[in-house]
Parts: sequence; C-alpha cells; structure tokens
Amino acid sequence: MIREHEDIVIQTVCRFFIPFMQAYGLYVLAHGHGSPGGGFQGGCILAASFILMTISYDLKEVKRRFSEKLNVLFCSLGVFIYAGTGLVCLLLGGNFLNYGKLSKILPTDPVMARYYGMAAIETGVQITVMAIMVSIFLNLVTAGKHEETVEEEDAGDNSK
Amino acid sequence: MTRKFVGILIAVIALIALMQGLKDLPKWADPNQPASIHVSPRYIEKGIEETGVPNIVTAVLADYRGYDTLFETAVIFTAGVAVMMLLRRSKR
Repeated sequence: MIREHEDIVIQTVCRFFIPFMQAYGLYVLAHGHGSPGGGFQGGCILAASFILMTISYDLKEVKRRFSEKLNVLFCSLGVFIYAGTGLVCLLLGGNFLNYGKLSKILPTDPVMARYYGMAAIETGVQITVMAIMVSIFLNLVTAGKHEETVEEEDAGDNSK
Repeated sequence: MTRKFVGILIAVIALIALMQGLKDLPKWADPNQPASIHVSPRYIEKGIEETGVPNIVTAVLADYRGYDTLFETAVIFTAGVAVMMLLRRSKR
C-alpha cells in the first residue's frame, strides 16, 4: 500500500514543500493570537506535512524521522502541557486555568500573563493534534501493522 | 400494519410537539436574542483589556472557555488512543 514509488518529480517537489508546510504550521500557531489560527489548525497543517511525506516517500522514512515511541509520547505530552498550565495556576493561588496568576512567575503584568498562558496551552493543543492525526493516519492506512504491504488484489491482474 | 400506523402516529405527534417549541426560539439574526445580549457584549468590549489578545476567537476559546478546549483536546487524545487500541497490531 505504502511503498517507495521512486518518482523523482514527486519526491523533489515534496522535499521542497514539506519544510514550508511545517514552518507555516508553526506560523499559524504563533499568530493565533492576532489572526485566525491556533493550535488545532496548526496541528493539522503539521500533520499534513507528515502525511505528504508518507505518500511521497515511504513509511520507513516517516518512521525514521518521527518514530512511534515519540509519537505516543507527543500524544500525551500536549494534554499534559495544557492541564499542567492549569495546575500551575492552581498552585499559584488562582482558579484552574486562571492564567492571570502566572504573572507571579513570569516577568509581566497579569494581562500579558494571560496572553502567554494562552500561548502555552495552544502549543499543547498543537502537539496533541499533530501526533494524534499522524497516528490515526498511519494506523488506518497500514491496517495497524505499521509496515509496508503490497495489496494482494493488485499484485496479480495489474501486470505492466 | 398496526405497528406501522402507530409509528407514523408517534412521528407526527413528535413533529407537532417540536414545531410548538420552535415558536419560542428567537428570530434568525435578531440582535436582541439572549445569546447576543448576555455574555457577547462583555467579551467584545472587555476582551482586549482583560486578556491582551487582539483575536477575540482565541480569547474566548482559550481563556473564557478554557475548560471546553481542555476537554476538546482530551477528546482528540481519547479518539487517537481508541484507534491505536483497535487497529494496532504489533509483530509477534
């Protein structure tokens, strides 16, 4: 299903394209405060770059750059960052997710502390969304085996 | 035949009951509907000075409705873990 096609045009175009997609995903995250964007959208763009890498190269290349262990770690790390930010606010004497209290440990006033608190949780959302999207795609497309398989019905009758 | 008739009857009664409830909803794009006069003006007027974020969507999503977004993220996480549990087969 996912095997190397050895198509030089597709591989070259995608090799140029993927870094720009990843930079754009980070841009969408960083500018989520001033323009449309945020963690969910940026995470999907980052995941799309890995999906493009999967379909233009092969599965081995993606597993080499973004291993399954790292993927599972990132899935839970994002939720951990989000809930951890809320818990830090709780420990500093505010309500859960009351980012204004972060001004006690950040060198800013309470209003800008809310700004940075939101940046932190959007980062967590982005990490989780990216890892989960890549994980769901890889699991669905390889039927959970995470290895390159040749479709058996195509092998016989599509003789070139 | 009787069961089919009863089913249709229940569907018609439910439709009439729902249409009755429809009369109490505010008109489409009415500026005085409860959703527009309860919390929206507060978010629009005080959003920037309370949160420092120019994008009001982000302010509502991540600050005023922080719990919602936290559990949205948890739902995505649960969906991914469920797909992993159902589909992932490790090599034996």
